[in-house]
Amino acid sequence: MYSKKVMEEFKNPKNIGKIEDPDAVGEVGNPICGDMMKVYLKIKDNKIIDVKVETFGCVSAIATSSKATEMVKGKTLEDAMKLTEKEVADELDGLPPIKFHCSVLAVKGIKKAIENYREKQKK
Amino acid sequence: MQNYEERKCMQLKKIYLDNAATTQVDERVLEEMQRVFLENYGNASSLHSFGQNALEEMEKSREKIARILGAKPKEIYFTSGGTESNNAAIKGIMNLNEKNKLIVSSIEHPSIIKTAEYLKEKGKKVFFAQVNEKGIIKIDELEKQIDSNTSLISVMHSNNEIGSIQPIKEIAEMCETKKVLFHSDIVQSTAKIKIDLNKLNLNLASVSGHKFYGPKGVGLLFVKEGTKIEPLIHGGGQEKKIRSGTENIPGIVGLAKALELTEENREQEMNRQEKLRDKLIKGLNEIKKSKLNGHETKRLANNVNFSFFGVEGEALITLLDFEGIQASTGSACSSKNLKISHVLEAIGLDHIWAHGSLRLSLGKNNTEKEIDYTLEKIPLVVEKLRKMSSVKI
Ligand SMILES: Cc1ncc(COP(=O)(O)O)c(C=O)c1O
Ligand code: FES
Repeated sequence: MYSKKVMEEFKNPKNIGKIEDPDAVGEVGNPICGDMMKVYLKIKDNKIIDVKVETFGCVSAIATSSKATEMVKGKTLEDAMKLTEKEVADELDGLPPIKFHCSVLAVKGIKKAIENYREKQKK
Repeated sequence: MQNYEERKCMQLKKIYLDNAATTQVDERVLEEMQRVFLENYGNASSLHSFGQNALEEMEKSREKIARILGAKPKEIYFTSGGTESNNAAIKGIMNLNEKNKLIVSSIEHPSIIKTAEYLKEKGKKVFFAQVNEKGIIKIDELEKQIDSNTSLISVMHSNNEIGSIQPIKEIAEMCETKKVLFHSDIVQSTAKIKIDLNKLNLNLASVSGHKFYGPKGVGLLFVKEGTKIEPLIHGGGQEKKIRSGTENIPGIVGLAKALELTEENREQEMNRQEKLRDKLIKGLNEIKKSKLNGHETKRLANNVNFSFFGVEGEALITLLDFEGIQASTGSACSSKNLKISHVLEAIGLDHIWAHGSLRLSLGKNNTEKEIDYTLEKIPLVVEKLRKMSSVKI
Protein backbone atom coordinates (compact mmCIF):
# COMPACT_ATOMS: atom_id res chain seq x y z
CA MET A 1 0.00 0.00 0.00
CA TYR A 2 2.87 2.41 0.73
CA SER A 3 5.48 3.47 -1.82
CA LYS A 4 9.05 2.24 -1.48
CA LYS A 5 10.14 5.73 -0.49
CA VAL A 6 7.61 5.91 2.35
CA MET A 7 8.85 2.59 3.68
CA GLU A 8 12.48 3.69 3.39
CA GLU A 9 11.76 6.93 5.19
CA PHE A 10 9.88 5.05 7.90
CA LYS A 11 12.72 2.59 8.29
CA ASN A 12 15.31 5.33 8.69
CA PRO A 13 13.48 8.42 9.82
CA LYS A 14 15.46 11.66 10.12
CA ASN A 15 15.20 14.40 12.73
CA ILE A 16 13.32 12.23 15.20
CA GLY A 17 13.52 13.21 18.84
CA LYS A 18 13.52 16.43 20.77
CA ILE A 19 15.71 19.53 21.05
CA GLU A 20 16.56 20.30 24.66
CA ASP A 21 16.51 24.12 24.38
CA PRO A 22 14.30 24.83 21.37
CA ASP A 23 13.50 28.33 20.15
CA ALA A 24 10.02 27.20 19.30
CA VAL A 25 7.71 24.22 19.70
CA GLY A 26 4.61 23.33 17.73
CA GLU A 27 2.24 20.71 19.00
CA VAL A 28 -0.59 19.45 16.84
CA GLY A 29 -3.21 16.75 17.15
CA ASN A 30 -5.02 15.00 14.39
CA PRO A 31 -8.78 15.11 14.73
CA ILE A 32 -9.18 12.39 12.12
CA CYS A 33 -7.46 9.41 13.64
CA GLY A 34 -6.23 10.89 16.91
CA ASP A 35 -2.50 11.15 16.35
CA MET A 36 -0.18 13.69 17.88
CA MET A 37 3.00 15.39 16.82
CA LYS A 38 5.45 17.79 18.42
CA VAL A 39 7.93 19.83 16.38
CA TYR A 40 11.00 21.53 17.92
CA LEU A 41 12.87 24.30 16.09
CA LYS A 42 16.22 25.94 16.53
CA ILE A 43 16.22 29.26 14.71
CA LYS A 44 19.07 31.60 13.89
CA ASP A 45 19.05 34.67 11.63
CA ASN A 46 15.55 33.85 10.49
CA LYS A 47 16.65 30.38 9.41
CA ILE A 48 15.77 26.94 10.71
CA ILE A 49 19.13 25.60 11.74
CA ASP A 50 17.81 22.53 13.48
CA VAL A 51 14.52 20.73 13.65
CA LYS A 52 13.33 17.64 15.50
CA VAL A 53 10.00 15.95 15.67
CA GLU A 54 8.24 13.47 17.94
CA THR A 55 5.37 11.57 16.41
CA PHE A 56 2.69 9.39 17.91
CA GLY A 57 1.28 8.09 14.69
CA CYS A 58 1.32 5.64 11.84
CA VAL A 59 3.93 4.73 9.25
CA SER A 60 2.80 7.56 7.05
CA ALA A 61 2.86 10.06 9.93
CA ILE A 62 6.41 9.09 10.85
CA ALA A 63 7.60 9.11 7.25
CA THR A 64 6.05 12.50 6.51
CA SER A 65 7.37 13.96 9.78
CA SER A 66 10.81 12.90 8.70
CA LYS A 67 10.49 14.15 5.14
CA ALA A 68 8.81 17.45 6.00
CA THR A 69 11.43 18.32 8.62
CA GLU A 70 14.18 17.48 6.16
CA MET A 71 12.59 19.75 3.62
CA VAL A 72 12.53 22.78 5.91
CA LYS A 73 15.91 22.33 7.54
CA GLY A 74 18.18 25.22 6.53
CA LYS A 75 15.30 27.18 5.03
CA THR A 76 14.21 30.68 5.99
CA LEU A 77 11.01 30.92 7.99
CA GLU A 78 9.22 32.47 5.02
CA ASP A 79 10.21 29.60 2.76
CA ALA A 80 9.33 27.02 5.36
CA MET A 81 5.87 28.55 5.70
CA LYS A 82 5.35 27.89 2.00
CA LEU A 83 5.79 24.13 2.34
CA THR A 84 2.69 22.20 1.29
CA GLU A 85 1.41 18.73 2.15
CA LYS A 86 1.44 17.89 -1.50
CA GLU A 87 5.14 18.68 -1.84
CA VAL A 88 5.90 16.37 1.07
CA ALA A 89 3.73 13.59 -0.33
CA ASP A 90 5.26 14.01 -3.78
CA GLU A 91 8.76 13.67 -2.35
CA LEU A 92 7.66 10.28 -1.02
CA ASP A 93 6.17 9.20 -4.36
CA GLY A 94 2.70 9.85 -3.04
CA LEU A 95 0.61 8.56 -0.17
CA PRO A 96 -2.47 6.36 -0.17
CA PRO A 97 -5.48 8.75 -0.28
CA ILE A 98 -6.65 7.70 3.17
CA LYS A 99 -3.20 8.61 4.55
CA PHE A 100 -2.92 12.08 3.11
CA HIS A 101 -4.09 13.66 6.36
CA CYS A 102 -0.91 12.40 8.07
CA SER A 103 1.19 14.66 5.85
CA VAL A 104 -1.12 17.54 6.71
CA LEU A 105 -0.25 16.97 10.35
CA ALA A 106 3.49 17.13 9.72
CA VAL A 107 3.28 20.38 7.79
CA LYS A 108 0.89 21.89 10.32
CA GLY A 109 3.27 21.03 13.15
CA ILE A 110 6.14 22.88 11.51
CA LYS A 111 4.01 25.91 10.71
CA LYS A 112 2.59 26.01 14.19
CA ALA A 113 6.11 26.02 15.62
CA ILE A 114 7.06 28.92 13.36
CA GLU A 115 3.93 30.82 14.31
CA ASN A 116 4.68 30.27 17.98
CA TYR A 117 8.18 31.59 17.38
CA ARG A 118 6.86 34.71 15.70
CA GLU A 119 4.38 35.29 18.51
CA LYS A 120 7.19 35.00 21.00
CA GLN A 121 9.35 37.45 19.03
CA LYS A 122 6.56 40.03 19.02
CA LYS A 123 6.45 40.10 22.79
CA MET B 1 6.46 -24.06 -9.51
CA GLN B 2 7.85 -24.89 -6.09
CA ASN B 3 6.38 -27.81 -4.30
CA TYR B 4 4.60 -27.54 -1.00
CA GLU B 5 7.62 -28.45 1.13
CA GLU B 6 9.81 -25.85 -0.53
CA ARG B 7 7.18 -23.20 -0.05
CA LYS B 8 6.79 -24.11 3.58
CA CYS B 9 10.55 -23.87 4.12
CA MET B 10 10.68 -20.50 2.46
CA GLN B 11 8.00 -19.22 4.79
CA LEU B 12 9.69 -20.55 7.88
CA LYS B 13 11.83 -17.47 8.01
CA LYS B 14 8.65 -15.54 8.67
CA ILE B 15 6.75 -15.91 11.90
CA TYR B 16 3.06 -15.93 11.22
CA LEU B 17 1.12 -14.76 14.26
CA ASP B 18 -2.08 -13.75 12.54
CA ASN B 19 -3.98 -17.02 12.58
CA ALA B 20 -7.19 -15.28 13.64
CA ALA B 21 -7.16 -13.49 10.28
CA THR B 22 -6.58 -16.67 8.33
CA THR B 23 -4.47 -19.82 8.36
CA GLN B 24 -2.26 -21.73 6.00
CA VAL B 25 -4.15 -24.57 4.35
CA ASP B 26 -3.05 -27.95 5.70
CA GLU B 27 -1.21 -29.97 3.11
CA ARG B 28 -3.55 -32.93 3.58
CA VAL B 29 -6.54 -30.66 3.00
CA LEU B 30 -4.98 -29.42 -0.19
CA GLU B 31 -4.38 -32.97 -1.38
CA GLU B 32 -8.02 -33.88 -0.86
CA MET B 33 -9.16 -30.76 -2.63
CA GLN B 34 -6.84 -31.36 -5.54
CA ARG B 35 -8.22 -34.86 -5.92
CA VAL B 36 -11.78 -33.51 -6.06
CA PHE B 37 -10.85 -30.68 -8.43
CA LEU B 38 -9.21 -33.06 -10.88
CA GLU B 39 -11.04 -36.33 -10.49
CA ASN B 40 -14.43 -35.60 -9.11
CA TYR B 41 -15.35 -32.37 -10.74
CA GLY B 42 -18.99 -33.05 -11.58
CA ASN B 43 -21.90 -30.78 -10.72
CA ALA B 44 -23.82 -32.32 -7.85
CA SER B 45 -27.09 -31.48 -9.58
CA SER B 46 -26.21 -33.56 -12.69
CA LEU B 47 -27.86 -36.94 -13.06
CA HIS B 48 -24.91 -38.71 -14.69
CA SER B 49 -22.34 -40.60 -12.69
CA PHE B 50 -19.90 -37.67 -12.49
CA GLY B 51 -22.64 -35.63 -10.92
CA GLN B 52 -23.72 -38.37 -8.59
CA ASN B 53 -20.16 -39.02 -7.46
CA ALA B 54 -19.76 -35.35 -6.68
CA LEU B 55 -23.01 -35.40 -4.76
CA GLU B 56 -21.84 -38.36 -2.77
CA GLU B 57 -18.57 -36.65 -2.00
CA MET B 58 -20.44 -33.61 -0.71
CA GLU B 59 -22.85 -35.62 1.41
CA LYS B 60 -20.00 -37.56 2.97
CA SER B 61 -18.41 -34.27 3.95
CA ARG B 62 -21.69 -33.02 5.35
CA GLU B 63 -22.01 -36.12 7.50
CA LYS B 64 -18.46 -35.84 8.73
CA ILE B 65 -18.93 -32.21 9.72
CA ALA B 66 -22.29 -32.85 11.35
CA ARG B 67 -20.81 -35.65 13.44
CA ILE B 68 -17.93 -33.50 14.67
CA LEU B 69 -20.09 -30.48 15.44
CA GLY B 70 -22.89 -32.44 17.08
CA ALA B 71 -25.51 -31.68 14.45
CA LYS B 72 -27.65 -33.60 11.97
CA PRO B 73 -26.39 -33.62 8.37
CA LYS B 74 -29.59 -31.96 7.22
CA GLU B 75 -28.93 -29.05 9.58
CA ILE B 76 -25.74 -28.10 7.71
CA TYR B 77 -25.98 -25.66 4.79
CA PHE B 78 -22.81 -24.87 2.88
CA THR B 79 -22.01 -21.23 2.11
CA SER B 80 -19.14 -19.11 0.86
CA GLY B 81 -17.81 -18.44 4.35
CA GLY B 82 -18.42 -16.72 7.64
CA THR B 83 -19.60 -13.44 6.18
CA GLU B 84 -22.26 -15.09 4.07
CA SER B 85 -23.37 -17.38 6.88
CA ASN B 86 -23.79 -14.41 9.21
CA ASN B 87 -25.72 -12.45 6.59
CA ALA B 88 -27.86 -15.47 5.75
CA ALA B 89 -28.68 -16.10 9.41
CA ILE B 90 -29.59 -12.56 10.39
CA LYS B 91 -31.39 -11.53 7.22
CA GLY B 92 -32.90 -14.99 6.84
CA ILE B 93 -34.67 -14.71 10.18
CA MET B 94 -35.44 -10.98 10.15
CA ASN B 95 -36.83 -11.17 6.61
CA LEU B 96 -39.48 -13.60 7.79
CA ASN B 97 -41.06 -10.45 9.21
CA GLU B 98 -42.56 -12.29 12.12
CA LYS B 99 -41.22 -10.12 14.88
CA ASN B 100 -39.38 -6.86 14.44
CA LYS B 101 -36.55 -6.71 16.96
CA LEU B 102 -32.98 -7.93 16.62
CA ILE B 103 -30.40 -7.93 19.42
CA VAL B 104 -26.70 -8.35 18.65
CA SER B 105 -23.65 -7.83 20.82
CA SER B 106 -21.59 -4.71 20.28
CA ILE B 107 -18.43 -6.74 19.63
CA GLU B 108 -19.68 -8.86 16.74
CA HIS B 109 -17.71 -9.24 13.54
CA PRO B 110 -18.52 -6.53 10.95
CA SER B 111 -20.53 -9.08 8.96
CA ILE B 112 -23.07 -9.00 11.82
CA ILE B 113 -22.71 -5.36 12.90
CA LYS B 114 -23.10 -4.02 9.37
CA THR B 115 -25.99 -6.36 8.64
CA ALA B 116 -27.72 -5.18 11.81
CA GLU B 117 -27.14 -1.54 10.87
CA TYR B 118 -28.54 -2.23 7.41
CA LEU B 119 -31.67 -3.82 8.84
CA LYS B 120 -32.07 -0.87 11.19
CA GLU B 121 -32.04 1.44 8.20
CA LYS B 122 -34.71 -0.74 6.64
CA GLY B 123 -36.96 -0.24 9.65
CA LYS B 124 -36.13 -3.10 12.01
CA LYS B 125 -35.61 -2.40 15.66
CA VAL B 126 -32.01 -3.19 16.54
CA PHE B 127 -30.29 -3.19 19.90
CA PHE B 128 -26.54 -3.51 20.38
CA ALA B 129 -25.90 -5.25 23.68
CA GLN B 130 -22.95 -3.94 25.68
CA VAL B 131 -20.02 -5.90 27.04
CA ASN B 132 -18.01 -5.29 30.20
CA GLU B 133 -14.42 -4.00 30.24
CA LYS B 134 -13.12 -7.55 29.70
CA GLY B 135 -15.26 -8.03 26.63
CA ILE B 136 -17.87 -10.34 28.14
CA ILE B 137 -21.51 -9.62 27.38
CA LYS B 138 -23.60 -8.06 30.15
CA ILE B 139 -26.17 -10.78 30.30
CA ASP B 140 -28.70 -9.03 32.56
CA GLU B 141 -28.76 -6.02 30.27
CA LEU B 142 -29.29 -8.32 27.34
CA GLU B 143 -32.12 -10.04 29.14
CA LYS B 144 -33.86 -6.74 29.89
CA GLN B 145 -33.91 -5.98 26.17
CA ILE B 146 -35.83 -9.11 25.25
CA ASP B 147 -39.48 -8.33 24.69
CA SER B 148 -42.42 -9.97 22.96
CA ASN B 149 -41.37 -8.31 19.72
CA THR B 150 -37.86 -9.82 19.76
CA SER B 151 -37.19 -12.25 16.98
CA LEU B 152 -33.48 -13.03 17.15
CA ILE B 153 -30.43 -12.63 19.33
CA SER B 154 -26.93 -13.01 17.92
CA VAL B 155 -23.90 -13.29 20.16
CA MET B 156 -20.58 -14.67 18.98
CA HIS B 157 -19.05 -17.67 20.70
CA SER B 158 -15.67 -15.96 20.97
CA ASN B 159 -14.35 -12.66 19.76
CA ASN B 160 -11.88 -12.45 16.91
CA GLU B 161 -9.96 -9.43 18.25
CA ILE B 162 -9.66 -9.87 22.00
CA GLY B 163 -10.52 -13.57 22.21
CA SER B 164 -13.16 -13.20 24.92
CA ILE B 165 -15.39 -16.26 25.23
CA GLN B 166 -19.07 -15.52 25.73
CA PRO B 167 -21.53 -17.34 28.03
CA ILE B 168 -23.31 -18.96 25.10
CA LYS B 169 -24.98 -21.70 27.10
CA GLU B 170 -26.62 -19.24 29.48
CA ILE B 171 -27.79 -17.04 26.64
CA ALA B 172 -29.18 -20.04 24.78
CA GLU B 173 -31.13 -21.13 27.84
CA MET B 174 -32.47 -17.64 28.29
CA CYS B 175 -33.52 -17.55 24.65
CA GLU B 176 -35.28 -20.85 24.96
CA THR B 177 -37.27 -19.74 27.99
CA LYS B 178 -38.20 -16.49 26.31
CA LYS B 179 -38.98 -18.15 22.98
CA VAL B 180 -36.47 -16.10 21.03
CA LEU B 181 -34.24 -17.50 18.29
CA PHE B 182 -30.53 -17.56 18.97
CA HIS B 183 -27.67 -17.33 16.48
CA SER B 184 -24.00 -17.56 17.30
CA ASP B 185 -21.00 -16.75 15.14
CA ILE B 186 -18.74 -19.65 16.11
CA VAL B 187 -16.13 -18.86 13.46
CA GLN B 188 -13.25 -18.30 15.90
CA SER B 189 -14.19 -21.10 18.29
CA THR B 190 -14.66 -23.90 15.78
CA ALA B 191 -11.82 -26.42 15.87
CA LYS B 192 -10.44 -24.73 18.99
CA ILE B 193 -13.16 -25.29 21.55
CA LYS B 194 -15.36 -28.39 21.62
CA ILE B 195 -18.61 -27.43 19.95
CA ASP B 196 -21.70 -29.56 20.38
CA LEU B 197 -24.35 -27.68 18.48
CA ASN B 198 -27.37 -29.59 19.66
CA LYS B 199 -26.29 -29.52 23.28
CA LEU B 200 -25.56 -25.80 22.99
CA ASN B 201 -29.17 -25.30 22.03
CA LEU B 202 -28.51 -22.85 19.24
CA ASN B 203 -30.93 -22.24 16.40
CA LEU B 204 -28.28 -21.00 14.04
CA ALA B 205 -24.47 -20.95 13.91
CA SER B 206 -21.87 -19.73 11.42
CA VAL B 207 -18.58 -21.43 10.55
CA SER B 208 -15.76 -20.44 8.20
CA GLY B 209 -13.23 -22.90 6.77
CA HIS B 210 -10.14 -20.74 6.50
CA LYS B 211 -9.74 -20.18 10.23
CA PHE B 212 -8.71 -23.79 10.83
CA TYR B 213 -6.40 -24.67 7.95
CA GLY B 214 -9.20 -25.13 5.44
CA PRO B 215 -9.76 -23.16 2.24
CA LYS B 216 -10.99 -19.58 2.02
CA GLY B 217 -14.39 -18.89 0.52
CA VAL B 218 -16.20 -21.83 2.08
CA GLY B 219 -18.17 -22.09 5.28
CA LEU B 220 -21.45 -23.29 6.61
CA LEU B 221 -24.59 -22.22 8.34
CA PHE B 222 -26.11 -24.54 10.90
CA VAL B 223 -29.88 -24.25 11.02
CA LYS B 224 -31.54 -26.32 13.69
CA GLU B 225 -34.19 -28.64 12.40
CA GLY B 226 -37.56 -26.89 12.50
CA THR B 227 -36.12 -23.36 12.40
CA LYS B 228 -37.71 -21.47 9.54
CA ILE B 229 -35.43 -19.22 7.48
CA GLU B 230 -35.66 -17.17 4.29
CA PRO B 231 -32.92 -17.78 1.72
CA LEU B 232 -30.37 -15.03 1.15
CA ILE B 233 -29.42 -16.26 -2.31
CA HIS B 234 -32.08 -17.33 -4.80
CA GLY B 235 -31.50 -19.48 -7.85
CA GLY B 236 -31.28 -23.14 -8.74
CA GLY B 237 -32.52 -24.31 -5.38
CA GLN B 238 -29.42 -26.08 -4.07
CA GLU B 239 -29.08 -26.74 -0.35
CA LYS B 240 -32.81 -27.35 0.00
CA LYS B 241 -33.54 -23.97 -1.56
CA ILE B 242 -31.84 -22.20 1.34
CA ARG B 243 -28.63 -21.46 -0.58
CA SER B 244 -28.64 -21.56 -4.36
CA GLY B 245 -25.55 -21.83 -6.51
CA THR B 246 -23.47 -24.75 -7.77
CA GLU B 247 -21.87 -26.23 -4.69
CA ASN B 248 -18.17 -25.62 -4.12
CA ILE B 249 -17.41 -29.30 -3.65
CA PRO B 250 -13.60 -29.08 -3.51
CA GLY B 251 -14.04 -26.38 -0.88
CA ILE B 252 -16.63 -28.38 1.03
CA VAL B 253 -14.40 -31.46 1.01
CA GLY B 254 -11.51 -29.28 2.18
CA LEU B 255 -13.63 -27.82 4.97
CA ALA B 256 -14.63 -31.28 6.18
CA LYS B 257 -11.07 -32.57 5.99
CA ALA B 258 -9.72 -29.56 7.86
CA LEU B 259 -12.27 -30.00 10.62
CA GLU B 260 -11.55 -33.70 10.84
CA LEU B 261 -7.81 -33.11 11.09
CA THR B 262 -8.03 -30.44 13.75
CA GLU B 263 -10.47 -32.53 15.76
CA GLU B 264 -8.00 -35.44 15.88
CA ASN B 265 -5.74 -33.71 18.38
CA ARG B 266 -7.67 -30.57 19.20
CA GLU B 267 -7.34 -30.69 22.95
CA GLN B 268 -3.67 -31.49 22.97
CA GLU B 269 -2.87 -28.88 20.36
CA MET B 270 -4.92 -26.17 22.03
CA ASN B 271 -3.21 -26.91 25.34
CA ARG B 272 0.10 -26.44 23.58
CA GLN B 273 -1.02 -23.13 22.10
CA GLU B 274 -2.40 -22.01 25.44
CA LYS B 275 1.03 -22.49 27.02
CA LEU B 276 2.60 -20.40 24.26
CA ARG B 277 -0.13 -17.80 24.69
CA ASP B 278 0.55 -17.57 28.42
CA LYS B 279 4.25 -17.30 27.79
CA LEU B 280 3.59 -14.38 25.46
CA ILE B 281 1.27 -12.69 27.94
CA LYS B 282 3.77 -13.12 30.77
CA GLY B 283 6.60 -11.77 28.65
CA LEU B 284 4.69 -8.80 27.30
CA ASN B 285 3.47 -7.90 30.77
CA GLU B 286 7.05 -7.03 31.60
CA ILE B 287 6.96 -4.12 29.20
CA LYS B 288 6.26 -0.92 31.11
CA LYS B 289 2.83 0.63 30.63
CA SER B 290 1.40 -2.27 28.73
CA LYS B 291 -1.79 -4.20 29.33
CA LEU B 292 -3.72 -7.23 28.21
CA ASN B 293 -7.03 -6.54 26.49
CA GLY B 294 -9.86 -8.99 27.03
CA HIS B 295 -10.43 -11.57 29.73
CA GLU B 296 -7.54 -13.39 31.44
CA THR B 297 -9.14 -16.84 31.49
CA LYS B 298 -12.32 -16.69 29.41
CA ARG B 299 -10.11 -16.36 26.42
CA LEU B 300 -9.32 -18.26 23.22
CA ALA B 301 -6.21 -20.39 23.72
CA ASN B 302 -4.55 -18.79 20.71
CA ASN B 303 -5.33 -15.12 21.31
CA VAL B 304 -3.10 -12.42 22.73
CA ASN B 305 -4.19 -8.80 22.55
CA PHE B 306 -1.94 -6.25 24.19
CA SER B 307 -1.79 -2.47 24.29
CA PHE B 308 1.40 -0.47 24.65
CA PHE B 309 0.87 3.08 25.79
CA GLY B 310 2.30 5.80 23.55
CA VAL B 311 2.90 3.76 20.39
CA GLU B 312 0.73 3.45 17.32
CA GLY B 313 -0.31 0.01 16.08
CA GLU B 314 0.27 0.33 12.36
CA ALA B 315 3.83 1.53 12.92
CA LEU B 316 4.25 -1.27 15.44
CA ILE B 317 3.15 -4.07 13.13
CA THR B 318 5.21 -2.62 10.29
CA LEU B 319 8.37 -2.67 12.41
CA LEU B 320 7.51 -6.20 13.52
CA ASP B 321 7.08 -7.15 9.89
CA PHE B 322 10.62 -5.89 9.26
CA GLU B 323 11.68 -8.42 11.90
CA GLY B 324 9.71 -11.16 10.16
CA ILE B 325 6.78 -11.17 12.57
CA GLN B 326 3.28 -10.96 11.12
CA ALA B 327 0.66 -9.53 13.47
CA SER B 328 -2.33 -7.19 13.48
CA THR B 329 -3.69 -4.16 15.32
CA GLY B 330 -6.96 -2.45 16.17
CA SER B 331 -5.48 1.04 15.83
CA ALA B 332 -7.53 3.73 14.10
CA CYS B 333 -4.69 4.44 11.68
CA SER B 334 -4.77 0.91 10.32
CA SER B 335 -8.50 0.77 9.65
CA LYS B 336 -10.32 1.71 6.50
CA ASN B 337 -12.41 4.35 8.25
CA LEU B 338 -9.68 5.70 10.58
CA LYS B 339 -11.75 4.75 13.61
CA ILE B 340 -10.49 2.56 16.40
CA SER B 341 -11.77 -0.97 16.36
CA HIS B 342 -15.37 -1.14 17.58
CA VAL B 343 -14.36 -3.98 19.88
CA LEU B 344 -11.69 -1.94 21.67
CA GLU B 345 -14.17 0.90 21.89
CA ALA B 346 -16.82 -1.43 23.33
CA ILE B 347 -14.50 -2.49 26.17
CA GLY B 348 -13.96 1.19 26.95
CA LEU B 349 -10.31 1.37 26.00
CA ASP B 350 -9.36 5.01 25.65
CA HIS B 351 -7.90 6.24 22.44
CA ILE B 352 -4.21 6.24 23.32
CA TRP B 353 -4.36 2.68 24.61
CA ALA B 354 -6.46 1.51 21.68
CA HIS B 355 -3.97 3.10 19.32
CA GLY B 356 -1.22 0.90 20.68
CA SER B 357 -3.03 -2.42 20.38
CA LEU B 358 -1.37 -5.52 19.03
CA ARG B 359 -3.05 -8.84 18.30
CA LEU B 360 -0.98 -11.99 18.12
CA SER B 361 -2.95 -15.10 17.20
CA LEU B 362 -1.32 -18.49 17.36
CA GLY B 363 -1.76 -21.51 15.15
CA LYS B 364 -0.61 -25.09 14.89
CA ASN B 365 2.54 -24.19 12.98
CA ASN B 366 3.94 -21.83 15.62
CA THR B 367 6.82 -23.10 17.70
CA GLU B 368 8.16 -22.12 21.10
CA LYS B 369 11.31 -20.87 19.41
CA GLU B 370 9.22 -18.43 17.39
CA ILE B 371 7.55 -17.20 20.56
CA ASP B 372 10.92 -16.65 22.22
CA TYR B 373 12.12 -14.69 19.21
CA THR B 374 8.92 -12.64 19.22
CA LEU B 375 9.35 -11.89 22.91
CA GLU B 376 12.85 -10.68 22.20
CA LYS B 377 11.77 -8.35 19.41
CA ILE B 378 8.56 -6.76 20.69
CA PRO B 379 10.14 -4.88 23.63
CA LEU B 380 12.80 -3.46 21.32
CA VAL B 381 10.28 -2.33 18.74
CA VAL B 382 8.01 -0.79 21.38
CA GLU B 383 11.00 1.00 22.87
CA LYS B 384 12.03 2.33 19.48
CA LEU B 385 8.57 3.75 18.80
CA ARG B 386 8.27 5.19 22.29
CA LYS B 387 11.49 7.08 21.72
CA MET B 388 9.96 8.61 18.62
CA SER B 389 6.60 9.30 20.20
CA SER B 390 5.27 12.63 21.39
CA VAL B 391 3.21 10.77 23.99
CA LYS B 392 5.54 10.00 26.84
CA ILE B 393 4.96 7.19 29.29
C1 LIG C 1 -15.74 -13.90 14.18
C2 LIG C 1 -15.72 -13.88 12.69
N1 LIG C 1 -16.87 -13.93 12.01
C3 LIG C 1 -16.90 -13.93 10.68
C4 LIG C 1 -15.75 -13.86 9.91
C5 LIG C 1 -15.85 -13.82 8.43
O1 LIG C 1 -15.54 -15.03 7.84
P1 LIG C 1 -15.14 -15.09 6.30
O2 LIG C 1 -13.78 -14.49 6.20
O3 LIG C 1 -15.16 -16.54 5.98
O4 LIG C 1 -16.15 -14.33 5.53
C6 LIG C 1 -14.51 -13.80 10.60
C7 LIG C 1 -13.22 -13.71 9.89
O5 LIG C 1 -12.93 -12.93 9.05
C8 LIG C 1 -14.51 -13.80 12.00
O6 LIG C 1 -13.36 -13.72 12.68
S1 FES D 1 -1.33 9.14 11.82
FE1 FES D 1 -3.20 8.05 11.94
S2 FES D 1 -3.48 7.43 9.93
FE2 FES D 1 -1.54 8.33 9.88
